[in-house]
Amino acid sequence: MNKGMMNKKLWGSLLLAVMLTACKSTPMVDKPAAVEDKSPSAAATKPADAASAPSADTSGVKEVVIDSNANAGNNPLKDPNNILSKRNIYFDFDSDAVKAEYRPLIEAHAKYLLANSNAKLILQGNTDERGTREYNLSLGQRRSVSVKKSFNLLGVQDKQIETVSFGEEKASPNCVDENCHQANRRVDIAYENE
Amino acid sequence: MNILRHAVAFMAFLVTSLLSTVSNAALEIEISGGSAQQVPIAIVPFAQTGSLAKISDIVGADLRRSGLFRVLETGGVASRPSDLSQVKYGEWAALQAQALVVGSVEPLPGNRLKVNFKLADVLKQSQLAGLEYNIAPNQLRMTAHKIADVIYQKLTGEAGIFASRIAYINKSKGRYALQVADADGENPQTVVSSSEPIISPAWSPDGSKIAYVSFEKKKPIIFVQSLMTGQRLTLANFKGNNSAPAWSPDGSKLAIVLTHAANSQLYTINADGTGLKQLTKSSAIDTEPTWSPDAKWVYFSSDRGGRPQIYKVSSMGGEAQRVTFEGGYNLSPRFSPDGKSLAMIRNDGGKFRVALQDMASGQVQVLSEGGQDESPSFAPNGRVLLYATRTGGRGALAAVSSDGRVKQRLSESGGDVREPAWGPLLN
Repeated sequence: MNKGMMNKKLWGSLLLAVMLTACKSTPMVDKPAAVEDKSPSAAATKPADAASAPSADTSGVKEVVIDSNANAGNNPLKDPNNILSKRNIYFDFDSDAVKAEYRPLIEAHAKYLLANSNAKLILQGNTDERGTREYNLSLGQRRSVSVKKSFNLLGVQDKQIETVSFGEEKASPNCVDENCHQANRRVDIAYENE
Repeated sequence: MNILRHAVAFMAFLVTSLLSTVSNAALEIEISGGSAQQVPIAIVPFAQTGSLAKISDIVGADLRRSGLFRVLETGGVASRPSDLSQVKYGEWAALQAQALVVGSVEPLPGNRLKVNFKLADVLKQSQLAGLEYNIAPNQLRMTAHKIADVIYQKLTGEAGIFASRIAYINKSKGRYALQVADADGENPQTVVSSSEPIISPAWSPDGSKIAYVSFEKKKPIIFVQSLMTGQRLTLANFKGNNSAPAWSPDGSKLAIVLTHAANSQLYTINADGTGLKQLTKSSAIDTEPTWSPDAKWVYFSSDRGGRPQIYKVSSMGGEAQRVTFEGGYNLSPRFSPDGKSLAMIRNDGGKFRVALQDMASGQVQVLSEGGQDESPSFAPNGRVLLYATRTGGRGALAAVSSDGRVKQRLSESGGDVREPAWGPLLN
């Protein structure tokens, strides 16, 4: 049996286990296990501890499923022929400087924001996968703040912009060359409620 | 008893494995190594009827994987005692057993079970421990782990880790699932799943809740979710990033990281989402907080000195002090439960590895051998560190004993598994 097959088998059984869990109509809430110490040295242990309800002994786990694939309507932001549909700004290694080639893109989005005062932009910073996830989250934030400053210079107020980071979470994994890492070092432009 | 304790005390190292070798387990680990001096223990199959999992098998598997015990084959012994009154000690002494476990599982009215076990010192012919549990049938596995913990504690003098659970993120088919499994990898259950990333799971100290960061709303937001009810509290959803939750030792507060409109900074917040307080103020990145076990300090990583290093700040706020000086790049601090050592991720010539710093001497030992190792997490007894590694282009879990002598890697873990967090012992 090759490894791939083995994995499929393993995960098949895992998925089944998850499905079975999900199918239960009521959460499994166990009666607390009553423990009675019958050892000769039982007096040494506190009886209150032994009999107390182990609140953390939750063999039942209630699953929550989230589907955030939102509605995609018809608007200029989604029109592939409109520059507003372009959403990626790429960075050099270890840099948060916004390169000149992205000026038209940023200007177009700034114009849209100034014309649509209710529109809110979310700048999502990204990094390559080298380093720890939380630290990369902070590094990606630096890039989104840098892009935000470009918008500020074009007159867009902070109240219309939120700077966040995905860190390495959206990075294509297993990069072996610099081109691949480069594609991961970017800020993605998103609009609220789109 | 003392003989056994001494035997254990002389053992060169401790291996404690987390995950099962049973073929249908979600997570599997290959056991490599073990102690040269293992306590020979005989576990008599429990008197047990029906199709339930065999308690004695689960107990034996736990003890065997700890590396500290040699679980003896009992098939050649004619008698099958289920209580110490039935034990002929000579039979077990002949098997070279130093310790003997007997027990039974009996049905009770109301779909309950009575589980009984006794642990005996074969040489002294005396009882070392004995407990009776009144449980629901679905608590059978966890009860077996608790029995294994009692045996481990009696014979080694140290707390066990079998009756605990691990959390991790499993990415499969484009979805992210935060899952929890028993410490032997069995009984995996999904806590929350999403089409967007989930990172940084953190167990509440009582093991009833998990805090995590979800990107479901196009930005990192911190949630706290009850395992039993699935109820979710939005702990922190401020403008910008909300990430890196770390519970205070008493579970009343969390240290978190917020950005508002600038760089990552540390804050504390009550577990109900009230009482936000800024802990660090710098123009640098401050992130990855973790509490010292005495709750006096919050340790964190920061690039305020250029390259990222570990710093600490009073949990009441104040000036930060640098903690790590060795190595050009240190991240992800995590305290051992006794507070005597600090685990971290070190960039070792481009390789990200788990390192352990002794707090008294300042000495640092690199424990892992991967290139992208992350998320170190101590077992409740501090003897083992679970961490994320990459192998064959996928995320997998690995473990290393805190003395660095035994390294274990999950073999057939299937999907892409990362961000492990070892939960507390279940009482």
